[in-house]
Amino acid sequence: MSDFLSLFQTYNVPAAFLVNLELTFWSLIFSAILGIILVLMRISPISSLRHVASWYVELFKNMPLTIIMVFMVLGAFAQLKLKFSDNFDTNFFWLAVVGLSLYTAAFVCEALRSGINTVPLGQAEAARALGLNFMQSATLIIMPQAIRGSVAPLGNTLIALLKNTTVAAAASVATETSSLMSEMIEFRPDVIIQIFLIFAFGYVILIIPIGILTTFLSNKLAVRR
Amino acid sequence: MAASNESSLLFDAPGPKAQKRIRIINWVAGIVFAIILVLIIMRLHNPPDGENQLSWELWKPALDGEAWSDFYLPGLYATLRATLLAVIGSVVFGLVFGIGRLIPNVIVRGICGVVIEFCRAVPVLIMMIFFWRAFAFINLPSPSYWSVVLSLILYNGSVVAELVRSGVGNLPNGQHEAAVALGLTRTQSLMNVEVPQAIYAMLPAAVTQLVVVLKDTALGSIIMYTDLLQESRRLGSMYFDILQTLVVAAVIYFIVCWLLSRLAEWLPAHMQKRTMAPVENEAVAPIAIMDPSNVNQIAVAREERPLGGTQRTYHVHHRGTNASIHNWRRTRYAQGYDETQPDSQIVHHAPRANQYGPGTEHHHHPHLPHKDKGGQSAK
Repeated sequence: MSDFLSLFQTYNVPAAFLVNLELTFWSLIFSAILGIILVLMRISPISSLRHVASWYVELFKNMPLTIIMVFMVLGAFAQLKLKFSDNFDTNFFWLAVVGLSLYTAAFVCEALRSGINTVPLGQAEAARALGLNFMQSATLIIMPQAIRGSVAPLGNTLIALLKNTTVAAAASVATETSSLMSEMIEFRPDVIIQIFLIFAFGYVILIIPIGILTTFLSNKLAVRR
Repeated sequence: MAASNESSLLFDAPGPKAQKRIRIINWVAGIVFAIILVLIIMRLHNPPDGENQLSWELWKPALDGEAWSDFYLPGLYATLRATLLAVIGSVVFGLVFGIGRLIPNVIVRGICGVVIEFCRAVPVLIMMIFFWRAFAFINLPSPSYWSVVLSLILYNGSVVAELVRSGVGNLPNGQHEAAVALGLTRTQSLMNVEVPQAIYAMLPAAVTQLVVVLKDTALGSIIMYTDLLQESRRLGSMYFDILQTLVVAAVIYFIVCWLLSRLAEWLPAHMQKRTMAPVENEAVAPIAIMDPSNVNQIAVAREERPLGGTQRTYHVHHRGTNASIHNWRRTRYAQGYDETQPDSQIVHHAPRANQYGPGTEHHHHPHLPHKDKGGQSAK
């Protein structure tokens, strides 16, 4: 117990978790925007938009996140001089957010698309039979049901995103949890198990409420058929 | 993803006017994407105070024979070696803990449940760093390799365990009942009848999970495992062309993962004849604690409507998700149950049993409460 106390006194563990939560927050916003754009492209009648969106999703679904993060720092920043700020820490933070958002957007798109798959064909046929056009049937009939059906996969995507923020270490974000954990183990190898437990249970505590909330919401909102 | 209904869902076959409009928008969109592509190439050609990233000087060392023989291929070998061992290990781990979570003994079930939920919630990188340092601490040879393998086994093994469990949960009740009628015990029925079918049902999803394992081996480069990513970084730092070597590595990763994804899409049709459970290629199972999934709803949306379009009161299959599965033996048929619709309420009395058509299974559990909150009814 005293080991845990001294670890918490020497190192600011909550601050590291806060960095991960900030990464999650910003990546969530940007990937949601990009994901919605992608899914709109993917369901549109315009074939070129559909193809581009499905290439994007295929590309990022089959690409390790680590290589994207390394690319953001060593490729986009070091060689293409993509820069968000003159301060190194802020710059790496935003590069990591960009990498995470690009990656997660593909999964947000898939989650929303699987929500559309929960709407039976009869709903759209009925909408068309009533004389609704594409936009009307999409916004009035399909989307309200599709969003309810995609709560569960979106929750999964959020949980995966939170866990993936640890990979920001590959994008040189030095203040987040996995970097802090490496640093702590380096200086206190005698209490390595306690250090691991602190971080592991930190994530368990963060993820359980998201899981419970997702389960609750998706059951509450599911369209009973 | 199997055939999806979204395109037929949202728009009719376009008429001549709509076709013309679509053609115009197609051209506009094509031009916009071309402009974006040109902008990216211009940035590559002439980054602000940097060198031309398209010059052959930088691409040549990233693509010549030496790069392949000394860096990419050994790196790819290391990646595949770790992937293969991790996959074998996670199938073993998943089978042991997945079955452990289903057997009648409460203590074994509880322990397996806690282990699985813990391994699923902790980020893989956190586990990797811990095992790496711990193995180095106890002087194990090649600590980073074993750390990558063990972390991936723990995480993906727990996903496979959930696949086993949902595979068993998806089986029609008759399988278990027939096994018990033949005189098998609950455990025997589980081991000899239900789990073998669950394994066929989970195989395509397990192949999808293989892609996740392969992608996650790249995390090993953070703990100095010399995989494909690490090797391409080493090569790039020798010639100052990391961007180029990373692109090559990314293409290799993409090709391998893409081929595996295709395999996962091809498998379900071939596995369906060996099992009574519905075969899915998406990992229905759960990335994290208690997560639900919408596969049930997708399955319901795809169901055929034999009675002139009327919705079925009872659905053909119930997909056991993590959320609905705690009570998997009893809540199997809760799907399609709607407390606001008296019509759809499941009647548990034996006399109605013979009214169910072929393909719909039901259970008659006289003590099952009508509003089964514990089982997350009507998932």
